[in-house]
Parts: sequence; structure tokens; C-alpha cells
Amino acid sequence: MQANTLSGGFTNPATQSAHAFRSVMEAMARPGTIQDIEGAEPPASLSSAAGTVLLTLCDTETPIYLAGAIDCADVREWLSFHIGSPFVGPANCMFAVGSWDALEPLSAYPIGTSEYPDRSATLIVETPQLTSLGAKLSGPGIKDQAMLSLPKRAAFQANRMLFPLGLDFIFTTAHQIAALPRTTEVS
Amino acid sequence: MYSCGEESQVVEMKDTGHENNSRKAWMGLLAKAPEGRVAALLEGEMERPDFTWLRAPEIGSTMVRGRAGAIGAPFNLGEMTITRCALTLETGETGHAYIQGRRKADAETAALVDALMQTEKAARLRQAVLNPLEAEMNAAKAARAAKAAATKVDFFTMTRGKD
Repeated sequence: MQANTLSGGFTNPATQSAHAFRSVMEAMARPGTIQDIEGAEPPASLSSAAGTVLLTLCDTETPIYLAGAIDCADVREWLSFHIGSPFVGPANCMFAVGSWDALEPLSAYPIGTSEYPDRSATLIVETPQLTSLGAKLSGPGIKDQAMLSLPKRAAFQANRMLFPLGLDFIFTTAHQIAALPRTTEVS
Repeated sequence: MYSCGEESQVVEMKDTGHENNSRKAWMGLLAKAPEGRVAALLEGEMERPDFTWLRAPEIGSTMVRGRAGAIGAPFNLGEMTITRCALTLETGETGHAYIQGRRKADAETAALVDALMQTEKAARLRQAVLNPLEAEMNAAKAARAAKAAATKVDFFTMTRGKD
């Protein structure tokens, strides 16, 4: 096993995962805001933000789908050592990670059931950069209006129509995250 | 906390010639050593080297499986508490530890010994730590077996049936 597989986890798990969880929670509670997140140093094909989110939210009982170029031996070994989560296809995953192009089509992911809307997937979308420009967001957690650079508006509008079912999105880049829960209206 | 799907077999697999067999053997010894014993032996021999954590000690449980008579179908014997950790020495060797019980300090020591066994100090450690541990474990086993043997009852029949 390579040394970089074993390194790059939280050096102080209790504090770092609490800080990271706070960032994820703030991002979800206030869609469109961009939060700083740090802690993990995953292999190069995964951003630090995405690695930190995975370390914070996932464990041995959360199946992960690795989409596209992220599905490589380095990342699999790193996640196996630090999280131990099973790797599955899109239809059975609880978390999916990848670039927007690799993650599509969104119809492949579980959106939950009427009895259990929480049994849906959370998509961690790796983006080149996050800016407060682009699509207009409104809904719970947004006072008047927020803006966020989204890859494709139509997909998020269609996802909003599924409410209370649907997917939740976390956008990651380098050391920043933003989120788009299923409650947010995109225009 | 975590729960791991890894299964440790009660029955030792006889796959002699495997490259990791010797490491398996010493990790098994360290896993079963009584509390504080490895630390006492290690500190009697050498200074603890500096290291960095790859995974700080954490406590979880694992399912222990066994086979009746070593040949039956595998069954779940029960869960046991284990402590695990991983660390790396300044010279680059990686040490892992999975030990029984809730003993973080012992897990750290066991991982240190595992890492040091991959360095040129291996011979010294075998002499000072592993051999005494093995001897103590064998002695404890023998003592227990002797105690059990003292209570053994032999049932025999002088005549069988109508023969």
C-alpha cells in the first residue's frame, strides 16, 4: 500500500470533523453561500473540499458512487482506508462524487420514496470554481435572493419539481463548498 | 466509532509460505498481549521513536467467526471490542495495530512495534519483546490446560452390553 493512501486523513478527527460538519450545515442551511472547508488531503484527483465532506459525512454504511475520472485506484484505496465505505453504482448510492458531466444523467440516482424521502442520494459535484454569480436562487434559508454559479439550471428546476423527493447537491472546489438542497428554487 | 466488516478467523489458516506470515504472527501476539505488557518490554529495550498518526486510535467492534472443529460451516461466534490505529515512523515505515479491548495506549505501542519490526531493529525487538511475549502466552496456555487436565474424568466401562 502506498504511503499517500494512508496519509491525508484528519489529524485531529474530533475537532476537524466538527468544523467540517459546521461548514456543510451552514452551506445547506443557507443555499448559495460559499463556505470554507479544510482538513483532508486526498489524492490529487479529488479536491480537498470533497475529501473533507466525504470523511465527515460517510462511514462504513454509506455506499459511495465514484463517477468518471474520480473512480481510480488512488481514490478508492484512500477512501477504503479512511472511511471503509462500499463502492456501488449510481442506483444504490447514498453519496455520489464527480464532475457534473460525469454525474449526469440525474435520473440514475435514488430520489427517495414518499414514505422515506430521506432515502435519496446527495451529489458532491466537483466544480472548477465557485462564484456568487449566475443562477438566481430563492427559497428556505435565503432572505431575498442568492446567486451561485451552477452547471445547468434546467436540471435543478426539474429536481425542485420532485419535492419532497429529489436530490441534494454539494458543490466543491479546492477548499470551498456551496450547497443546493432540493427546497431551493432556481431561476 | 466505527464498525468494520472485517472478519478475524478464530481458526488459524494454514497457508504456510505466505510473505506476510511472519508479520501476521507478530501482530497476533501483540493483539493478544495483556494490558501494558508490550509497553513495559519495549521501554526496557529502547526509547520510543517519534511518529506521526495516520489514524489515531479508535475503538470499534468486529465479528469473530469460527468453524466447529475447524472444518464445519463458519458461524458468527460473537462480537468483540477492538482498538485500532495506524502510524508512520520518521524513517517511513508504517505500523498498524488491531488489538483486543479498549486500550488506546496499547494500540499505539503495538503499532510502534509493528513499524519497528520492519526496520533493522527487528532482531533486537524479537529478542526483547516478541520472544518473551510468546513464552508468556505459551506458559499461560499450558497452565490453563494443566488446570483443566487435573479435573478430567475418565469414563470407561468394564464390560459392554452382553458381549
